[in-house]
Amino acid sequence: MIYTPQDFKSNQEVKWCPGCGDHAILASIQRAMPEICESLNYTKERFVFVSGIGCSSRFPYYMNTYGFHGIHGRASAIATGVKVANPTLTVWQITGDGDALAIGGNHFIHAIRRNIDINIILFNNQIYGLTKGQYSPTSQLGKVTKTSPYGTVEHPFNPGAIVLGARGTFFARSIDVELKLTQEIMVESAKHDGTAVTEVLVNCVIFNDKTHAAVTDKENRADRTIILRHGEPMIFGKDRDRGLILYGRKLKAVKIGEGGITEKDILIHDAKEENPGLHSMLIDMKYPELPIALGVIRAVNDKTYDDNVRDQVIDVMEHSQIHSMDELLHSGATWEVK
Amino acid sequence: MQHKVIDTDEVVVRFTGDSGDGMQLTGSLFADASALYGNDVSTFPDFPAEIRAPQGTISGVSGFQVNIGSGEIKTPGDFCDVIVAMNPAALKANARWAKPTATIILDSDTFDEKGILKAGFKTNDPIAELKLQDHNIVFAPITSLTKESLKDSGLDPKAIIRSKNMFTLGMCYYMFNRPMEHTFVYLERKFRKNPSIIEANKKVLQDGYNYAGNIQAIPNTYIIHPAPLEKGTYRNINGNQATAWGLLAASEKSGRPLFCGSYPITPATSILEELALHKELNAKTLQCEDEIAGICTAIGAAYAGNFAITTTSGPGFSLKTEALGLAMITELPLVVVDVQRGGPSTGIPTKTEQTDLNQALYGRNGECPVAIIAAHSPSHCFDAAFYAGKFAMEHMMPVILLTEGFLGNGSEPWKIPSMKDYPEINPPVITALEEIPFWPFKRDSERLSRRWAFPGTIGLEHRVGGLEKDNNGAVSSDPLVHERMVGERAAKVAKMAEFIPEQTVVGEDRGEVLIVGWGGTYGHLYTALRQLQKEGKSVSLTHFDYIFPLPTNTADLFSKFKKIIVCELNSGQFANYLRTLHQQFHYHQCNKVQGQPFTVKEIVEAVKAIL
Repeated sequence: MIYTPQDFKSNQEVKWCPGCGDHAILASIQRAMPEICESLNYTKERFVFVSGIGCSSRFPYYMNTYGFHGIHGRASAIATGVKVANPTLTVWQITGDGDALAIGGNHFIHAIRRNIDINIILFNNQIYGLTKGQYSPTSQLGKVTKTSPYGTVEHPFNPGAIVLGARGTFFARSIDVELKLTQEIMVESAKHDGTAVTEVLVNCVIFNDKTHAAVTDKENRADRTIILRHGEPMIFGKDRDRGLILYGRKLKAVKIGEGGITEKDILIHDAKEENPGLHSMLIDMKYPELPIALGVIRAVNDKTYDDNVRDQVIDVMEHSQIHSMDELLHSGATWEVK
Repeated sequence: MQHKVIDTDEVVVRFTGDSGDGMQLTGSLFADASALYGNDVSTFPDFPAEIRAPQGTISGVSGFQVNIGSGEIKTPGDFCDVIVAMNPAALKANARWAKPTATIILDSDTFDEKGILKAGFKTNDPIAELKLQDHNIVFAPITSLTKESLKDSGLDPKAIIRSKNMFTLGMCYYMFNRPMEHTFVYLERKFRKNPSIIEANKKVLQDGYNYAGNIQAIPNTYIIHPAPLEKGTYRNINGNQATAWGLLAASEKSGRPLFCGSYPITPATSILEELALHKELNAKTLQCEDEIAGICTAIGAAYAGNFAITTTSGPGFSLKTEALGLAMITELPLVVVDVQRGGPSTGIPTKTEQTDLNQALYGRNGECPVAIIAAHSPSHCFDAAFYAGKFAMEHMMPVILLTEGFLGNGSEPWKIPSMKDYPEINPPVITALEEIPFWPFKRDSERLSRRWAFPGTIGLEHRVGGLEKDNNGAVSSDPLVHERMVGERAAKVAKMAEFIPEQTVVGEDRGEVLIVGWGGTYGHLYTALRQLQKEGKSVSLTHFDYIFPLPTNTADLFSKFKKIIVCELNSGQFANYLRTLHQQFHYHQCNKVQGQPFTVKEIVEAVKAIL
């Protein structure tokens, strides 16, 4: 079956604010779908989009697929239920920084810990948009919002660090305006067996405009971000002349050709390395010291929860003496009354 | 002492000791042996919330009551013919349950100064202090006899002491002429990998039996003939196991694989444990990170086409509240099992109550009626769970199944049913696009239920969710659409009344007093009814399994009695519910909120007070 992005558009009017970064992610995902179907031999009816509550969580209504708009924070749990009930489905969870990391933090970490084969797209705009501008678990320390009129006194989460903390097998990062990159990551996410978390830095044009601007502005983006690809050197910059090296126990941004640094000295990205040490450092990189890491940062193989469940069911079915309710009812100690 | 052999039709025995003394096992084995012998049996485990409370103290006392009879046994019994107390604290906590003629068996080794002090006695004579002098007190050195019995067994001292419950069980087998074979088989299975423990336990059991026969201190032994049970194959079953099996049966009859998302909580946990065993019947269980994930994974599984379940008790039920609203508005089949316990909050976790009815009826935001079914005995949990599944799937809606700690942990002999005697379950599954476009919330006229379209089905892509929607599935905040959809969902639940059996009456269908009950009080209400009828009183009983909606003949049935008394283990939740629905009647009440079941006596007295 050959699809076009149009096949994945529902007839519902998209109601996000004009200029919201969510529009771009919707477009990227709709563009990724035909490629995913082609490369994995999926058909459209196998897709289920599950969400929680928040601006981003309206997403399923705009996809012409099966969809479940859940309740606040619980999308990971609902998506888990869908996947375990029918592992042949391809399950996508759309969530935000409040939905996944505040009210839904528990479900988020446990989905990752179980390595259930779902794709989680975390729209991180560092603000509560739908409730009109309160700080979120990813808002920067000191951020002034309606509920932090004197600035927040809370440290923000770095979503990737949480994923690694829960021994996640896949983490990627993109920016709303990098449509091609998001599309590319979506395909990688679909191919990954296990919980695949993609953080997308999103601009909230109304309540948190330009929150990521320092790194996402077109003018500076190439110098302030680095797109990581497995097996390729960690090179970035407008002129592709900067790179990352390990300096002592830390990452350092260097200029190729300066101080005796050659391209050979630049680290090669290994997304498949099980040890999360370097992935952790890449995830933690912050501008201005270092570029923000984008792309698939970690993608390691491990058994998935749904595979393990299926294997156990098959194994028990094969070995059990009981195959029906009537047999179960008569199993164990029984006696006759004559 | 003159030894008497008493031929009786009913005996109540209560095994009590420290929570580490193995009294639950002793009681269960005694009950199983009696059931296998052919008696009717009812059991009541009564244990503390602490796994090992301080040894020898009142708070650590664990008890297991068994009522065995040659006639119909519907309750674990009010007062005991025999009490076994493994230490002074157990005696102190349970003396009030002794009948005036009761035999009390004590482990004399534990009645030393230290033990007596720990139990909080003021004197060094517990018997006098509890005014038990007129009872048959049997002081047996159970601990030292167990040690003596196993001194050559090669077991370590700890393991030897742990076997003393088997000595006690042996004594009781002598008193009640129970066969030991069943217990031998149990031991052989349980300690398959450790033959020395099998032999040791068998020896202690036998030595306890012989000891009881030799000492001449056991005043009475009892013969309880087999009960005239209906012909058939029987097994013992407790309520939680029956609930799990009823759900599995609904899964089989519907052809929908079972999915249970749950979080461990007393006293509901063993339903999850039981379901987890039965992967061979294609049952999947997911022990979740919390109660909310329990119900939300179940909702996801229901959307994907599984027969979804979540099991819990009161506090967990509170946590599931929001998600239950989601299941209701998305019109997905889901069974929520609430094994009620003493509340509010953590309350008395291991004790029984019927105090979650209001929560089940009203505990959600918005207009959110959810069907409620209640089980009335341990074995009835099977049928109640089966029909909860049937109604959930066929009517496309969540159903709350209320059971109680008393039912979940209690057991009784059960004539094993045949699955061919149960109806088919036909969920309204739609497997192909029939008309364009597909309207996910279009209703059928018979049940007002919507169709169940599983993801993966070509052409039926649709979105559900917590936002209000019109029948075509489009999100709508149109005031009139909302009001209409609220009405349609309520009408669907109300419609279930046309599919449930008519309410019946035990006894004459008209008279002076109608006892009204629901849930796990059935056995006590029934026994009280029989007693009152024997005394010639004009009393009948009607016991509700279907709580919401109520059977359609409820008001008609009530109208045939001069007085109505609603008996329940709360402060009057069902009575108040009846008052809102059938205001024309006056409802007397008989209530108890002690974390304990009724006694038959309490009900008899309450009824007599209004006769």
